[in-house]
Amino acid sequence: MKVLIPSPLRSYTQRSWVAATGATLGEVLVDLDRQFPGIRFRMVNEQEAIRPHVRFFVNGEALFRLSEALRPDDELLIVQALSGG
Amino acid sequence: MASKTRKAVTRTARKPTAGKAPVKTPRRVLVLVATRKGAWLLHGDAARRSWRVDGPHFLGHIVHHLVLDPRDGRTLLAAAKTGHLGPTVFRSTDRGRNWKEAARPPAFAKAADGKGRVVDHTFWLTPGPASEPGVWYAGTSPQGLFRSDDGGVTWSPFSHINDDPKYVEWMGTVQDGTPDGPKLHSIIIDPRDPKHMYFGMSGGGVHESVDGGKTFAPLVDGMQVVEGFDPAVITFHDPHCVRLCPSNPDRLYQQNHCGIYRLDRPSRTWARIGKSMPKNVGDIGFTMVVHPRDADAAWVLPMDGQTVWPRTSPGGKPAVYGTRNGGRSWQRLDAGLPKEQAWWTIKRQAMAADARDSVGLYFGTTSGELWMSRDEGQRWNCIARNLPEIYAVETAEVA
Repeated sequence: MKVLIPSPLRSYTQRSWVAATGATLGEVLVDLDRQFPGIRFRMVNEQEAIRPHVRFFVNGEALFRLSEALRPDDELLIVQALSGG
Repeated sequence: MASKTRKAVTRTARKPTAGKAPVKTPRRVLVLVATRKGAWLLHGDAARRSWRVDGPHFLGHIVHHLVLDPRDGRTLLAAAKTGHLGPTVFRSTDRGRNWKEAARPPAFAKAADGKGRVVDHTFWLTPGPASEPGVWYAGTSPQGLFRSDDGGVTWSPFSHINDDPKYVEWMGTVQDGTPDGPKLHSIIIDPRDPKHMYFGMSGGGVHESVDGGKTFAPLVDGMQVVEGFDPAVITFHDPHCVRLCPSNPDRLYQQNHCGIYRLDRPSRTWARIGKSMPKNVGDIGFTMVVHPRDADAAWVLPMDGQTVWPRTSPGGKPAVYGTRNGGRSWQRLDAGLPKEQAWWTIKRQAMAADARDSVGLYFGTTSGELWMSRDEGQRWNCIARNLPEIYAVETAEVA
């Protein structure tokens, strides 16, 4: 599936759209980390929780669990909820 | 991740020519500045009079500590995160020209129930001893101790303290710690014996190991805590910065939330040497540095610890205070510093000394000014301003 990478994480991918595979959000993030080592830990902590301010959207709906199922033709948007100065 | 490439100075010794003695490249001081919005390197000339600024590195990243490995003179580690992404450690093996992210940054062990602790940021970096090349230690927020055996590429939890129920109790809660999170800091390796280690926790006291980190035990006797609390409870102890004297590793100094202390081993009881500070200044502060060759000499930067604890320069008149007799007396060192209306805060990692003769002293303010003295505090000059909030200042001597 196509994945939109937010600007704070493009230092890993060097581009805004990348392709990744997986049947769940968690699997897609694992595949992203395989391609771009280190990117997953910036979004998911060591207790397997999505970090604050990192949001995932598929087809306009927010996902809050790594176990959420995804389809190959889904488009995953990773959003950095920026706040503060 | 490859980060930005930054122009850096490369100085190589000239090849000797026939009939002439080799020309030695003079060693120069490098000042490493970590800020809330990135990192900068300041390259000094041989006289430490002019400084070439190299940066920003990691613009926008919160950089808590930037340290050069004294064992090879070229490996830099930077403890970094952004406001909205998880923490990491960046590593350069060419003194900041190129950076690569650690393959496995410091992270706590995963708990079976998913409720384990989470590293918010790496706060402190300490290179291992010369006898253990590649070894680094890291302290985190919340309090955690980590070690790398491969020069900072991969990190693992170190010793028992991260999961020890008693230590976790002593670490307290987020509400007990400093405003941006409780921290493990001041990781010190005894230069005579790598198995002899110390660290500090804010909060949670000073701790010592004599078995290479297999076990640690509190070392807090004599340290005071906030009025009304029991000093026997380790959680209440808040060492801000602990330093070991390179010229006498049996002597430690400490700037604590509750005063300035000295400990001469094998004693286990800290003595509050800050009582000899002027009463209108007090002995509250964050940072402390020691002389590289004289264990009787040390410097502090007092902060206002009255009423609501402004933690700014007392009276708006910044001054470094130095001792030459192990803390029996202190001398005010403010020549060149603003005389009034300067409400500075200097954080615990934001003061450093070089190893020159005479010793250079450096400190950075949260208002983004970097000051230095070439003569052990007798006279101060501002060498950089308009930087972001300065978190840490370190020095290194490079060719």
